[in-house]
Amino acid sequence: MASQTTTLPQQRRMGVRIERRLEQPLWLRIATPFILIAAALLIGALLLGLVGANPWVVYNKMASIAFGSAHGWSDTTIKATPLILAGLGVSIAFRMRLWNIGAEGQLFIGAWVATGFALFWLPRDTPQALLLTVMAVGGFIGGALWAFVPGVLKARLNINEIITSLMLTYVAILWNNYWVYGPWSDRGFGLTPQFPRNAWLPRFTDYSSDFPFLRGITAHAGIFLALAVAVLLWFVWKRTKWGYEVKVIGDNPRAGQYAGMRLARKIIIVMLLSGGLAGLAGMAEVSGVVHRLQERFSPGYGFTAIIVAWLAKLNPLAIVPVAYLFGGLLVGSDAIQPAGIAKMLQGVVLFVVVGGELLLQYRIKVGRSASS
Amino acid sequence: MLGKPCSLTPLLPQCTVGFDLAIPTLLLTQIMTTSSYAVEMRGITKRFPGVLANDRIDFQVRKGEIHALLGENGAGKSTLMNILSGLYRPDEGEIAIHGQVVEFHSPRDAIRHGVGMVHQHFMLTPSQSVAENVFLGAREIGFVLNPQRMAAEVRRIAEQYRLPVDPNAKIWQLSVGEQQRVEIIKILYRGAEILILDEPTAVLTPQEAENLFVTLRSMAADNKTIIFISHKLEEVLSIADRITVLRSGRVAATLSAQSVTKTELANLMVGRQVLFQLEKPPVQRGEVRLRLDRVCALDDKLLPALREVSLTVHSGEIVGVAGVAGNGQRELAEVICGLRPLTSGTIEVAGERMAHLTARRMIDVGVAYVPEDRNTTGSAPNLSVAENLILKSYRKTEMGAGPFLDLAAVERTATSLVKTFNILTPSIKTPVRKLSGGNLQKVILAREISGQPQVLIAASPTRGLDIGATESVRSLLLQERSQGAAILLISEDLDEIFAISDRIVVLYEGRIMGEFETADAELTEVGLLMAGGRAPSASPGT
Amino acid sequence: MELAFLVTLLAAGIRSGTAILFATIGEIFAERSGVLNLGIEGMMLMGAVSAYGVAFATGNPWLGLGVAMAVGGLMALLHGMVTISLRADQVVSGLALTFLGSGLSAVLGAPLVEVRNAPRLPVFPIPVLADLPILGPIFFNHNVIVYLGLVMAPLAWWYIHRTRPGMELRAIGEYPAAADVLGINVNRQRYAYVVFGGVMAGLGGAALSLAITPLWIEDMTAGQGWIAVGLVIFASWDPLRAALGSYLFGAIRRLPLDSQNLPFFLAYPQLGYFMNMLPYLFVILLMLISARSEMRRRIGAPAALGQPYVREERGV
Repeated sequence: MASQTTTLPQQRRMGVRIERRLEQPLWLRIATPFILIAAALLIGALLLGLVGANPWVVYNKMASIAFGSAHGWSDTTIKATPLILAGLGVSIAFRMRLWNIGAEGQLFIGAWVATGFALFWLPRDTPQALLLTVMAVGGFIGGALWAFVPGVLKARLNINEIITSLMLTYVAILWNNYWVYGPWSDRGFGLTPQFPRNAWLPRFTDYSSDFPFLRGITAHAGIFLALAVAVLLWFVWKRTKWGYEVKVIGDNPRAGQYAGMRLARKIIIVMLLSGGLAGLAGMAEVSGVVHRLQERFSPGYGFTAIIVAWLAKLNPLAIVPVAYLFGGLLVGSDAIQPAGIAKMLQGVVLFVVVGGELLLQYRIKVGRSASS
Repeated sequence: MLGKPCSLTPLLPQCTVGFDLAIPTLLLTQIMTTSSYAVEMRGITKRFPGVLANDRIDFQVRKGEIHALLGENGAGKSTLMNILSGLYRPDEGEIAIHGQVVEFHSPRDAIRHGVGMVHQHFMLTPSQSVAENVFLGAREIGFVLNPQRMAAEVRRIAEQYRLPVDPNAKIWQLSVGEQQRVEIIKILYRGAEILILDEPTAVLTPQEAENLFVTLRSMAADNKTIIFISHKLEEVLSIADRITVLRSGRVAATLSAQSVTKTELANLMVGRQVLFQLEKPPVQRGEVRLRLDRVCALDDKLLPALREVSLTVHSGEIVGVAGVAGNGQRELAEVICGLRPLTSGTIEVAGERMAHLTARRMIDVGVAYVPEDRNTTGSAPNLSVAENLILKSYRKTEMGAGPFLDLAAVERTATSLVKTFNILTPSIKTPVRKLSGGNLQKVILAREISGQPQVLIAASPTRGLDIGATESVRSLLLQERSQGAAILLISEDLDEIFAISDRIVVLYEGRIMGEFETADAELTEVGLLMAGGRAPSASPGT
Repeated sequence: MELAFLVTLLAAGIRSGTAILFATIGEIFAERSGVLNLGIEGMMLMGAVSAYGVAFATGNPWLGLGVAMAVGGLMALLHGMVTISLRADQVVSGLALTFLGSGLSAVLGAPLVEVRNAPRLPVFPIPVLADLPILGPIFFNHNVIVYLGLVMAPLAWWYIHRTRPGMELRAIGEYPAAADVLGINVNRQRYAYVVFGGVMAGLGGAALSLAITPLWIEDMTAGQGWIAVGLVIFASWDPLRAALGSYLFGAIRRLPLDSQNLPFFLAYPQLGYFMNMLPYLFVILLMLISARSEMRRRIGAPAALGQPYVREERGV
């Protein structure tokens, strides 16, 4: 009798047998995120070791800076705010398997429009509530319009939205540079003058005269906006026909079309909302944190948002804690040299999650397995 | 010859209703043993996650014979042949070719031993030429391609076996029949002595099928061994020397084609009595529900797919559209459902002329559609049974006011449809990709019929279903017909068309070639029109 | 005057488009085999930084070139493992690769930013031909790596369309099952072409840091890896069209640099920002053009692009 080794062809010689689990056991499903985080930290540590850093020290320092104190949490909240907003934006598009990876550019345009209203297009004495509302709506619309281009090209001509949204990101950054070095520049530096106080989003520290413990807590009202959008989006996915339509189209666009859903229109709307939220993130950043427009005011929020959205499995409520985790990573790595560490760790985490999650769906058996 | 005296033993428990006739013939053929088996498969077992596809199968084929492998969909025929052709590896069992025990790790190993397979879905790359497809994977042709020599070699084989085809044509330019010839040439070039054909006639007109049979017989006379997979009883009886029947992964019997009747075969195949005639009350034609007037449309490549198609469907009747795949059936269905724009012509539903045809509008006026591809069009595979059941009705206010979705209403609707239509699913929250083909089709039919449609378009509604599921789908269609729906049945399966339609139209290259009352229609005539021919000798597609 | 400007621009365009040409050709092979790799940007950056670092450390730019290719290949191998063997989503895995590459290259390259004098690949004017008027400066007076690009494009075309492995490559990207039944190991070939794509991206990165720019700056590719992905679509997976697109892109990228001394631009220095947008807008324009011609010529992506191949799945 011939010996029986049922293997995929490429594994044959090694005698390793890989099979997909039919059902994942419960313990594995619960353990998966923890295993993945541990694996990512481990690989990250290896890389850190390779580039000559002590991973233990680095991790420790990053964790204590980001989460070790009230100020740490405040800083982390500041970073998490645009990540939540842009992450939610990205997740809307990803739900429909539209790869809007141009959130960074949409964020820049949102910030640019908000700056226009804060400094130039409205009278100086505009009441704060009105001014902030106009800035937020303007930022949203700016980001939305920037995403409209890839959306319309995708919907009408089936042009790859990955490329177009990304190309427009570079254009947006150059556009921003033109204004901060040119017409809006403060004495030729790469930044605009500071916003008037009525264009600032309220911060916790602004209330420190009444509540002294808030002193120095510079996190701003943008976080509430972000949380509200997260909850709203959760409701939309769960309980509305529109959310249902996005889900169907995301799974099988042909089925959506067949059910009478208007695909092109939906693509455009989804891209508008996706870009709008990224634009809102830009508005919150300039109005809540930087208080002016400047070159490179975003450390790549729009890109990190992609990772956040994916790791949260596009679930709006899960985006919040994941954004906090990455906010912490950004805060922590600010204090670490060299500067690329945060980005590198993001790449590692995403890789480990993408590959590892699937890896855990397989059972690996080594050696010659007889039919059992 | 084998260790076991006779493979009857595992069979006996299955001898149930209407089975008694088959046993004597069985014994006869089993006792006859010949020394020259081309193929012997012994104790073959193959499991897939959750399915036992082949269960200790013993299967022998004599050299130079045409051996049919008969069974329902899901009986394990294709799996067994995929094992023989080296594509799958068995979990247990062994294979001997011409008496020599072999172990195939890949199709390349199989072809080295002279075993080649023509798959049901042709394994051809559409953008490459015939010659490139024939020589794909052939290392002996060297590093740099020599198109002239490749074409000459293809031509030589084509002439030797009377399989005419242009070596330089691109696959996408060929008719289905020609593509099949390319597949056969492909395995002949590799020196195949044992040819496996998986449901080769499923895509052919009756005339093309007859041509194929002539080729097969001459190859068998040439001492090539042919294994012919089918679920069609008539053609098996007409072409095969011997027949092996598979049922639920096991061998039900191996018999000589001369000594068996259609009924016996059917009973072996299904394990119970088969109804060949569904109960079909006489047609009660009502008013015209669907009228197409000189409709033209383009296909995905922007070439004309429908040419001035005019037809009507009345309330209470089933109109069958017969035709070989790719002659405009898909486009016809899509045009009526608003999924494909008209280039000219008009469509009326229930007397109202449809001005702008969108999918949403057609759903709203009561056109339901059971698409031919259940997985790629008819359902969202990762969504739940409930979510798939409301695909057409979610916009209605019963499913929630305004923009909101009423989850309780969704659940109620889904639960009641699952019950009414007897859909077997663990729960309404199960993703439909986990359902069997028959149950998925029931989900789709439940959804489409529950909207009480004016017009129902059903495209190949029973393709890939087992006999039980086929019967229930057909009786559902007949039931809808009694309720007064106008049904357009588009199918490549002529048996199906003849079984349940009241009228038949034939579609060829996007044209209606003829129209018959089913009672007056002749199978050969319909077949001839399907091939676009008028003269009986016309060879289709070439 | 104008002719001189045009010649300078075209020569610079060919030089400047070389890096992206390598990356684009590499991606054409990967995509033809059925695997989309959006990690080019990351692989190019890693190629650029490792080439520059190795050249500086050893004094040998050729060694730098080799290491860059190996690094690109290794990163692509990672993508291959995740997408071919584990069958993860190719888009997300590619994105992860880009993040990884740009982060890691920034970390590794931090000490190199100060280095200005790493050895470069040599410029080699081809005797006689380089002295031809117009054609000489455009085609024959270049860095050696530029000639490699000029040769590579037709060679890649010939391989895809005129050789047996090329025929198999076309088949596995279009209908892997058909290739598999004929004994072609689909996944092994996919690995090979994905790794080749990475090697080419690494080569492209090295061309930037050792010949074209030649320097190491963080994120020095400035989206060229992404542009390569766009050019593949514009090129309809054809290396010759890829060469056309790459050199055109190179010329447009050079436009703001070469034209900044023209009197018109001296008067409006702010125009530079808009000139710098041109390459990116150019890519969008190319995508528009290819969307139209794709419909007309009915040529699409390799049919199996983005889909992992699994044999032992239950048929019908």
